[in-house]
Amino acid sequence: MQACEKQQPQVSLLEVRSLKKYFPVGKPGLFSREKQEVKAVDDISFSVKKGETLGIVGESGCGKSTMGRAILQLQAPTGGEVLFEGQDISKLSKKEIRDLRKDIQIIFQDPFGSLNQRMTVGAMLSEIVHVHKIVPKEKELNYVQKLLQDVGLRAEHYWRYPHEFSGGQRQRISIARALAVRPKLIICDEAVSALDVSVQAQVLNLLQKLKQKYQLTYIFISHDLSVVKHISDRVGVMYLGKMVELADKHEMYSNPQHPYTKALFSAIPDVSSQAKKERVVLKGDVPSPLDIPSGCRFHSRCPLATDKCKAEAPEFRDLNRVHKAACHYV
Amino acid sequence: MSSKDQLAVKNLHVGFQNKKSFTKIIDGINFSVKKGETLCIVGESGCGKSLTSLSIMGLLPKTGKVSEGEILFDGQDLTGLNEKQMSKIRGNEISMIFQEPMTSLNPVHKIGWQISESIVLHQKLSKKQAEEKAIDMLKLVGIPSPDKRIHQYPHELSGGMRQRVMIAMALSCNPKLLIADEPTTALDVTIQAQILELMNKLKTELHMSIIMITHDLGVVSEIADKVLVMYAGKVVEYSDVKTLFANPQHPYTQGLIESIPKLNEEQDELPIIKGSVPSPDEMPKGCRFSTRCPYATNACFNEVPPMISGEAGHQVHCWKYTECWEIVEKEGLIDAGMRETAAASQLIGS
Repeated sequence: MQACEKQQPQVSLLEVRSLKKYFPVGKPGLFSREKQEVKAVDDISFSVKKGETLGIVGESGCGKSTMGRAILQLQAPTGGEVLFEGQDISKLSKKEIRDLRKDIQIIFQDPFGSLNQRMTVGAMLSEIVHVHKIVPKEKELNYVQKLLQDVGLRAEHYWRYPHEFSGGQRQRISIARALAVRPKLIICDEAVSALDVSVQAQVLNLLQKLKQKYQLTYIFISHDLSVVKHISDRVGVMYLGKMVELADKHEMYSNPQHPYTKALFSAIPDVSSQAKKERVVLKGDVPSPLDIPSGCRFHSRCPLATDKCKAEAPEFRDLNRVHKAACHYV
Repeated sequence: MSSKDQLAVKNLHVGFQNKKSFTKIIDGINFSVKKGETLCIVGESGCGKSLTSLSIMGLLPKTGKVSEGEILFDGQDLTGLNEKQMSKIRGNEISMIFQEPMTSLNPVHKIGWQISESIVLHQKLSKKQAEEKAIDMLKLVGIPSPDKRIHQYPHELSGGMRQRVMIAMALSCNPKLLIADEPTTALDVTIQAQILELMNKLKTELHMSIIMITHDLGVVSEIADKVLVMYAGKVVEYSDVKTLFANPQHPYTQGLIESIPKLNEEQDELPIIKGSVPSPDEMPKGCRFSTRCPYATNACFNEVPPMISGEAGHQVHCWKYTECWEIVEKEGLIDAGMRETAAASQLIGS
């Protein structure tokens, strides 16, 4: 089996097929008109190969975090399929989902809110190891301490409480928690966004080191385009619940096609280029997801929009082997 | 203090007093802002950048205290003023934009009144006139149909819109100095680009000075004229923006710039600054960065480095440059600038 994996690096670990997640808004009451829905994730398809890092970028409210949670079945998807190693995981029972957590893990943004304040780091990690029966009981302590060392903490941190750690160290604990069950796929939801730049660089390097060591696959969700570029192999751009562009990293950053991607890239203040670049400043705000524009969702802010864009939603189609985009004019 | 300086901060020490002890957070910082200039204060969380701005505004929390130093605004020392005198200046001549546009607007008042309140208070206009002024301000910051917007509540606006309202409010009394504390941190990049463009436009139109506090070096490169880099309550480098990015001198500034992932180059591993910021009660004895600095020597661990200034007001707080920059000062009469740059870059090369 292992030898065969090496020969076929193209195997998809995860395949998402027209994933949808709608949230109903308000209770249907006596005087309510038709039921309103927020279409947080609306018909998204992509696949993640074994051992690669897929970056997902987009502005707040574009549905990138909801998508991460829907893949993990933390929020049951409204429609679509999520295939993990060929098995559809969107229709599993509670017990089966629990077993699935051994394979897919998530790291959250806020290292202050996502750790239990009342448990020592050791207790927290041992509990996971115990519940999922990763190693025999007598080896738990050893296993967890080894894990702490792997993420750049010390073995004696086992007996400390989360409040004794700095933000960067807490994020390392979150990473250790995700790693404890030996997952195959880790979803990093804004995992480094709350950290200072110098600490952010430390954690990014750690994530890359661990990926090598444990042969992990990442879905890296972030609003920071330079961080995503640094860590990803492929990058997907989301806007209002839709994927508008998906391409190989180099292709995406050297040759963005969708007007939204172009605007997004030109809006990044960049330290390395001192020459003031030509900037596409988008007018207005992201429309409310309750009131999604007809046709192409980006037409209300797009500098190139025409009547066709208002009427017809563009198809998410292949531009070449490594590049997909949803726009009538690319 | 030269006559052109709008604000000059001299040897400022700020800390927190509890029953037993005084914990110093800001330890002797100096800087000045000229009229019409933008100064960016950069640093990581806990370096004292927000505390600096709160001291200027006289908005320190109850236990906070300016223990030493002067804050000269138009030549007047703000640290000596009482609350009544200060409230005449605050919101009128100096105003501030806070980081969280979601929480710093009052949710139970319409935005029109929130803007006109300070106009009524400071400029002695009637409510009707103040409302007209508020509409003008909203128009200035680029909010569509402002005459309708003034009757809306903050929750009806998006994040970018709320930040524009905050800016309109801050600018409503034509302040001479605007302090912006992480004004774009909570916003998306496309909205951030809009707000930065707006601030640059308003600065030239209204001819005011801006102090911008941020941790994002990208934002600094967009908006700053001068940059003050802070680390653990001290200034480590002070320079104009071009020099800082082209030729950063302090090891901390260098590390900070290097550790940002670059868009236009490939890196396998990011260069990092080792360790983390020391806590205020266990500051190293010498240079505060010495525990994380790759170039640290004995002198760094034991003695606080002096502030060394080089060409065009570029100041560095580091032992590394004492030798070559002093020599330059002695030979200062002969083409100082050129030699200095050469010497400094040689040093970095080695």
